[in-house]
Amino acid sequence: MSSDYGRIAKDGIWNNNIVFAQALGLCPLLAVTGTASNGLGMGLASTVVMIASGLLISLFRGIITPQVRIPVFVLIIAVLVTLVDMFMNAWMHDLHKVLGLFIPLIVTNCAILGRAESFASRNNILPSLFDGLMMGVGFTMVLVMLGAAREVLGSGTLFANAALLLGQWASFMELTLIPDYKGFPLIILPPGGFVVLGFLLAGKRLVDRVMSNRQKRVTTPQDSATATPT
Amino acid sequence: MGTPVEPQYRKRIGYQAMLLGGFSTLATALLVAGNIATKDVIAERQREDMLASLSAVVPAGNYDNNLLENPLTLERPDGKPLSVYRGTRGNQVTSMAYEISGQGYAGEIRLIMGLDAQGKVLGVRVLSHTETPGLGDKIEVEKDNWILAFNGLSLGNPPREKWRVKKDGGQFDAFSGATITPRAVLKAIEDGLVFHQENNAALRQPPVINTDTVTRSGVNSYEQ
Repeated sequence: MSSDYGRIAKDGIWNNNIVFAQALGLCPLLAVTGTASNGLGMGLASTVVMIASGLLISLFRGIITPQVRIPVFVLIIAVLVTLVDMFMNAWMHDLHKVLGLFIPLIVTNCAILGRAESFASRNNILPSLFDGLMMGVGFTMVLVMLGAAREVLGSGTLFANAALLLGQWASFMELTLIPDYKGFPLIILPPGGFVVLGFLLAGKRLVDRVMSNRQKRVTTPQDSATATPT
Repeated sequence: MGTPVEPQYRKRIGYQAMLLGGFSTLATALLVAGNIATKDVIAERQREDMLASLSAVVPAGNYDNNLLENPLTLERPDGKPLSVYRGTRGNQVTSMAYEISGQGYAGEIRLIMGLDAQGKVLGVRVLSHTETPGLGDKIEVEKDNWILAFNGLSLGNPPREKWRVKKDGGQFDAFSGATITPRAVLKAIEDGLVFHQENNAALRQPPVINTDTVTRSGVNSYEQ
């Protein structure tokens, strides 16, 4: 069982990562990652929705029939996103002002429906919860990486407005890396998001290749010369 | 799904209709509960937002009432209602603030403008815009001082033909790479000042403190 959870964690964060491997959820991804803080906020909100939808869908999977499963899943996810939107507006109002436009976009994140369909509807409650958490963590990780890269290149700061997201104690995270930076609007605009995402995807492929080469070398040392799959 | 052999009753249309109906009911109930739980808090936050933007354009000390009290509803030239928030002292209107808007490069720019009783600009701030980051967003006071250049001006000062960006023969700077945005802001402010001139009498009428007898005079009657 523990190896099962290990596999879920590995899948969520790396092997089957929503962005890196499945290339899903790109709409909210590219829209909000102008700064690392926005990425973090969006990632956390998506994670909450993913955990809750995993829980509810695995809970009800016994009574949901295959014929009506899609409308039911969509309904559950839409309700969850609406509730998250309301609660953030009420109790995380400053962050909601920044992310407000993008919270409803969570519902268009096909990764959530994808996990409902391919995992939560086939597994028990605990693994589904854990899968939601790990997929969310993996998604958040990419959002923060992309947001940080775009923020540093585009505005010369890092984690600006983190205090809005996490409270006053987080203000130490707000760095100005390049003082008097004039800014690089292309990176902040959506095309920059695609460009930076492309580099991140290429980086992930590179790491994967190095890892698999190393593994091959360990198992079959004599074949290492020919072991460069593409 | 779940069980390998699907029980017969589940294939019936009645079961599936019940299932969908049941989930819809549950969803509605959850949303109603969520709305009840957050409605008042959200309204309170929005009041705070409004008050924060009002106090940014009307200096404190100019008034001694609650700006959000007794807003005056007038009709804009396009027929839509416009709420005017008034600051008073000793039953005299000393300042007022209302929303103005212009069509920017990438969509509507919403601003709030504060004026004194004579129609002199006390302050202008951007409420929301969708201009290009790094170019058009210099209209935000957090990014640039540009918007502060309007403080103290009025419809006759400078004269109407100077209410343009320099490129159009006026006296206001535009940003490099963005002319449409400052043009839109200028137009919005000018329209707002004209609105003040046209509604001067109604705007200077002191608010009636007793709200039970609605004797608001204005172009438009009280709308709720």
